[in-house]
Amino acid sequence: MNNDLLFDFTVDKAAQTVYITREFNAAQSLVWDAFTKPELLDQWGAPAPMRMKTKYMDFKVGGRRFYAMISPDGQEGWSVQEYTSITPKTNFKMYNAFSDKDENRELPGSEWDYTFREENDRTKVNITIYNESLERMEKMIEMGFRIGFTMTLENLEDLLTTLSRKL
Amino acid sequence: MKQDIFQAIADPTRRAILTLLTIQALTPNVMAEKFDMSRQAVSKHIKVLHECDLIKSEQSGREIYYHFNAKKMQEFDHWLAQFRQNWETQFNQLDKLLTTIKEQK
Repeated sequence: MNNDLLFDFTVDKAAQTVYITREFNAAQSLVWDAFTKPELLDQWGAPAPMRMKTKYMDFKVGGRRFYAMISPDGQEGWSVQEYTSITPKTNFKMYNAFSDKDENRELPGSEWDYTFREENDRTKVNITIYNESLERMEKMIEMGFRIGFTMTLENLEDLLTTLSRKL
Repeated sequence: MKQDIFQAIADPTRRAILTLLTIQALTPNVMAEKFDMSRQAVSKHIKVLHECDLIKSEQSGREIYYHFNAKKMQEFDHWLAQFRQNWETQFNQLDKLLTTIKEQK
């Protein structure tokens, strides 16, 4: 699907930074909304079968978003984002930290920088994630690994269902 | 994944040691010579690299040679690839959502 859309992913282990660039086949204002409005974010922000649930989101400088990633078996992993800079439709920066269900943050967290640019009816999004500590970067990637593992199991389940129907 | 692999890779001297070991197996003495470091300093770096399996030791007579463990590095890259895969999945979901929204308009 959309194989011609640019996707670039680089991990600079030494600089503790992840760089992601992705192109979307939509206007800048719509892509901006998808990244900054909770009702849209929750629809794509977690890789299926994980779900994302925003408890509240106050998108302004100094405001916060408190949300959870929920696994198919109902386990919730909470995080708090704090917006540090917003230039409408073009750029926003935030500080992201894992937390408990009562919004107590586990510091240090990571710094995220999103830039949006429209070119030929497509919008290019650049994401930079800087982790203050190596342990934090490990944890972030480890969490991704667990999610990936869940996805793999889900895919296996689908495959098994399909196969068993054929029998 | 052991806890300290990032720590191991984050240090420039250890990265240099790893690079050198990809070319050939070396003894701690030779490493100390090449980097103009004390045996103790080299031993400390070796310990970190060895603990997270990035290098392997092999006894040859009275000498210990250290090899680069390419398999471990690969495992690490697979781990990162998984992280990349999650983003890809999410972005594909966003593509679908954007299409749906555009069609509704």
